[in-house]
Order: sequence, then structure tokens, then C-alpha cells
Amino acid sequence: MAEYILMKGNEAIAISAIRNGCDGYFGYPITPQSEVMETLMLEEPWDSTGMVVLQAESETSSINMLYGGASCGKKVMTSSSSPGISLMAEGLSYLAGAELPCLVVNVVRGGPGLGTIQPGQGDYFQACKGCGHGDYKMIVLAPNSAQEMYDFVDLGFELAFKYRNPALILTDGVIGQMMEKVELREMKPRWTDQEVIEMSPWATTGKTPDRKQNVITSLALDAAVHEALNHRLIEKYKKMEEEDVRFENYKCEDAEHLIVAYGSMARVCENTIDLARKEGIKLGLLRPITLFPYPTKEIQRMVPQLKTIMSVELSAGQMVEDVRLAVNGKIPVNFYGRLGGIVPSPEEVLEAFKKEINK
Amino acid sequence: MKEEIIIAGFGGQGVLSMGKILAYSGIMQGQEVTWMPSYGPEMRGGTANVTVILSDKKISSPILSNFDTAIILNQQSMDKFESQVKPGGLLIYDPNGITRHPQRKDINIYSIEAVDLSAELGSSKTYNMVVLGAYLSKKQIVEMESVIKGLKKSIPERHHKLIPMNEKAIEVGKEKIIEINKV
Repeated sequence: MAEYILMKGNEAIAISAIRNGCDGYFGYPITPQSEVMETLMLEEPWDSTGMVVLQAESETSSINMLYGGASCGKKVMTSSSSPGISLMAEGLSYLAGAELPCLVVNVVRGGPGLGTIQPGQGDYFQACKGCGHGDYKMIVLAPNSAQEMYDFVDLGFELAFKYRNPALILTDGVIGQMMEKVELREMKPRWTDQEVIEMSPWATTGKTPDRKQNVITSLALDAAVHEALNHRLIEKYKKMEEEDVRFENYKCEDAEHLIVAYGSMARVCENTIDLARKEGIKLGLLRPITLFPYPTKEIQRMVPQLKTIMSVELSAGQMVEDVRLAVNGKIPVNFYGRLGGIVPSPEEVLEAFKKEINK
Repeated sequence: MKEEIIIAGFGGQGVLSMGKILAYSGIMQGQEVTWMPSYGPEMRGGTANVTVILSDKKISSPILSNFDTAIILNQQSMDKFESQVKPGGLLIYDPNGITRHPQRKDINIYSIEAVDLSAELGSSKTYNMVVLGAYLSKKQIVEMESVIKGLKKSIPERHHKLIPMNEKAIEVGKEKIIEINKV
């Protein structure tokens, strides 16, 4: 039988990084994600796997350390919470522009500004619509349990290297601080130097006589070259939409109404669905697991059977825009959100849903 | 089986670690568990609470507004959580420092003088285990064997010599619980 460990979502991120062959973690403490680096420091992986763990002097610094590590084909990551990710915006744009794989974890708190240390989902736009400048996208994964926090580190790295693109785990204070049982999967060793070269022939691993030098840059002053780079990125994002959309359905087969929610709110809304079903309301839940690429087609597939859709978020209404884009005016799209770090109960969501459909 | 519990009191009373030991005990017998703390600037002296859910099935929401059991260890928590116990549910409280005792007639209410009992045991640090014992005497959701395993998992190995004392505290809590209201 598998061994289960009781751990916080944040701890699961750290343990998973060590066990999935991460080469380097660079970060700066901020609530509610500080347990990530705390756990890494306690585990001292530099003695076991050789993984580097470094507290940088700021988030600006840690994201640029990722740029350096990723350029060499290494599996590098950082974690932070909302204001820290804002500081990383420039670096993320550069990483995407230079087509570098890396993993960033955002344990979201309430904003804007310093906001609150309580959970929020107000960084959906930041994660999915590009927090830095330019036409770029990140692969965005939204775990809803400590186990998924553990599993999505590996998945995040896999997708980041598949596409040579930054991947971001978008989670929040609920999932980060909550303890659940986590199954530790089989350990993956760090890549050897030879494996790095095979995995990432584009990386700056040292020029050999049989190939041209590898150059990592996001700068292309030649208009034609730069447009070609942009088109290559667009192709990549299209491929993500074709191959790597992930979502989960809960009681959707006969649903006449649908709630769309991700991460911690999806957990709460699962209870809402059960409560509604007890009252005879045919309500289902769609949980996007990838927020980019978004499960647009799945929403479109369901629209003909639905009367309404409601997006439920810990925000003032962000993901709801993607739901509306998918629905394209065919049925009413409602929204319910709480702010300030307040997480609504399943009953509260059900009340809000009923109010909307009885309008 | 599904048991939804809120444990609430002051920081420093061992509220979070009691929840953790309970959650680990559940894991030891193959249950699904969640442990959701209030977190924030609420260290020693401030209020602290944790929602623990033990279930045979996958747990959806870790955040709830109604509980099967409330374990209440200070007045602020009484004011907040007494009304959130499901009808027919269980409320266990430590009367020490409580100025307004629970009023409800539709729930089972018990008290445990855990401050005095842990002092008699010779260590105020056993406080939360006395309370846990009181709880376990009313809800046999985990076996004592699992609780001991849970203790071993939750307490760093260098402190394992303290496990017999904690076990004793649990037994004392089981014996000394006082019935206040029964439905």
C-alpha cells in the first residue's frame, strides 16, 4: 500500500520539486507561500539530490536567476504570492520571449496592492492574460488539492519543456495552507549533463565543434525575424489549445445549469452541487484544470443542454470573461464572487445561484 | 462515515496540533482527511481555529459553515461557533474563562476541565490531548491505536518519549468529561 503523508499544499510543492528532479529553486518569502522555501531549507536537498535552494534578495532577482538556469536547460522554479509575481512580470515576459521552460508557483492572496494575506483568485488575469508585456502566454495549472500541488510540479515541468515555455501553478492560500494526505510518487532523478543536452539541444550547455553556438535571447531587432518569432509563439499556443486542455466534470451528464469554478472554489462548489441535487436542481460543475489553455470547447459542447452558467470565483469577476467568450451570448452567464480573503460556504454559493436563476 | 469538526480557541492551546493528530489518526485507518486552519496574524494569544474533516469518501469542500462537532476553548469561539453546530450535533467546551455558557437545547453539550486536568497531570502541554480524549469518548471515529500512530507521525522523533504522557492525558480526558445537555 502506498504511504500517505499529511502535508500542506505548500509543503507538497517543495517535496515534489525535490522528488521530481528539480535542479534549482530561487525564491523570496511571502505569506501565504513561505512554507515552500521553509520546507526546502529543512529538507536540505543540496545534500541528497544536489538541488540548489537559494533565497534571492528580491523576486526580481529570483525570476532572473530562473532565466539563467533555464538557459542552461536546467529544471528551475520559483514560488511567490501575488505582489511578488507582479515584481516578476518583466522576467516572465523575457522568459516567454526567449522560449525558456521554467515553473512558477503563485499562491494567490487578496489584492490589489499589498491587499490581504488571506486567499484570493484575483490573479487570473495576471496569469492567463499575460502579466508582463508583449504577446505571450503561460501554461497555467490550477490544482485543487495537496495531491495535485504535488503532481502538478512534475506536470508543470513536463509541459514547460514540451513547449519551451514558462508554466505557472495558480493556487491560493486555501490550497497552500490546507493539509491533506499526499501520496509520494516514484522519485525521478535530476537529469545528467548528457540528458540535459539530449532534452534541450537549444540550451547553452557549451558549444561543441559539431554545432553552431546556441543563443538565448528575446531580442530581435530585425522586423521579419521578430515577426517570425511571434508567429512561432502563436503556433505554440495553438498547439497547447489542441493538445493540453485539462478539465474535470462533476455531475454534468444531465445538468441544466452549470457552475464553472477552479482551484479551492471548485472544492467548495462540489458541495454546492450536492446540495442543489438534493433539492432537485440539475446543477453540474466544470472545473478547468488548465486555465490556459482554457476548456473553451468543453463549455461550447455543453451549452446546448444548459439554461444558465455561473462562474464562481474569489475575485471581482475575471474567469467569467473567458466563460462569456466561450458561450458567445447563447445563454445567460452569471457571476458570483467574494473578496477580501472571504471564502463563501457551499450554502452561500447555492443561495447566490438560486437568486440569479430566479431573477 | 463523515465527521466535520471545528476546533477553536486561543493560539498556544494546541488547537492546530490537536487537529493534525486527529487528521493523522484518520489517515492511519485509511480515511480521507482535510485540515484547514485559519491562518494569519493570529499567533499566541490570538484566536486560532481549524476545520478537520474525516470521511470514508473523497472530501469536497474543506470550508464549511455547519459542523457535526465543535470543540470550543474560549469565549470568542463560543460566540462564533455555537450556532454553527448541526442540530443533534456535539459541542465540547472547556468552561475555564467562559462567561456565557452554551444555551442550545438541540445539541449534545459536554464540558471538560482541561486546564485543571492537565495541571494535575503535571504538564499544561497535555491540555489539547485531554480535550482530544474527551472528544474521542463521545465520537469513536478513530481507534486508540490509530491515535498513537498519529501522535508518532505528528510529533518529532526526539519528543517521542512524551507519547506515554499524552496517552495518559487522552485517557484522563475520556474519563473526566461532564454531560451538560443531551438530546
